[in-house]
Amino acid sequence: MAPEALFYVFGAVAVIASLAVIGQRNPIYSVLLLIASFGALSGLYVLLDAPFVAVIQIIVYAGAIMVLFLFVVMLLNAPHEDTDYDERVHPLLRPGPMRFGAALAVALLAELGWALTRGETGDFGTASVPSVAAIGRALFTDYAFAFEVTSVLILVAMVGAVVLARRDAPGGR
Amino acid sequence: MAPLADYLILSGVLFSIGAAGVFVRRNLITILLSIEIMLNAVNLTFVAFGRALGAVDGQIIVFFVMTVAAAEAAVGLAIVISLFRHRESLNPDTFTNLKW
Repeated sequence: MAPEALFYVFGAVAVIASLAVIGQRNPIYSVLLLIASFGALSGLYVLLDAPFVAVIQIIVYAGAIMVLFLFVVMLLNAPHEDTDYDERVHPLLRPGPMRFGAALAVALLAELGWALTRGETGDFGTASVPSVAAIGRALFTDYAFAFEVTSVLILVAMVGAVVLARRDAPGGR
Repeated sequence: MAPLADYLILSGVLFSIGAAGVFVRRNLITILLSIEIMLNAVNLTFVAFGRALGAVDGQIIVFFVMTVAAAEAAVGLAIVISLFRHRESLNPDTFTNLKW
């Protein structure tokens, strides 16, 4: 299949899966559909000549982060939005602030669409494609400081997650 | 190859879906998932522009965004677990007090 056709296939899968994520009552289905959406995005990254991002999208996002979500959904064992009202009315059809929020999102979509269809279509041209080796080199030279700060960020997140999620000791803290 | 504008429009559509999810859904986990959709839409923009400019920076920023997303998911889900222990609910309207 031609790359153009593949773009539309992957794009359609990503949009439909993302819509299903927010239209779904059961969070487990939402998480699994989001993994499908991430798979389609990974295909788009391959089309954009970015195999490194495509692979870490699958390994880190679909493999690690989404498994963390799935783990929490199953741990809490609270699959549905649990009030009577939520049972009766589908989440996308509710009145009041939620409809206002949906209207805001549609307005955002309209503005983005308007802005993006103003300019030229912007062909990709013949710019050279950076290799994985070039990414690694830039990561450890130009971006070395940001890279190290990231490691501190992950350490802080790990400590924070452990502290927040622990059970309180029986005799107080 | 599809033009750059198509990638940007797809990214805008995904971002709007994520924003709609944050507004419309009343489940903390789904709201966190919607935030992930928005982060991925932005990632797609970075990679598309990086490809158009032939620059390596777009993919490196995506790498950092993914790291921050992982940290955000870990802390956010820990907070969700902690809140659920207190109130047995995932509805954000339940958590309107600063202290209990």
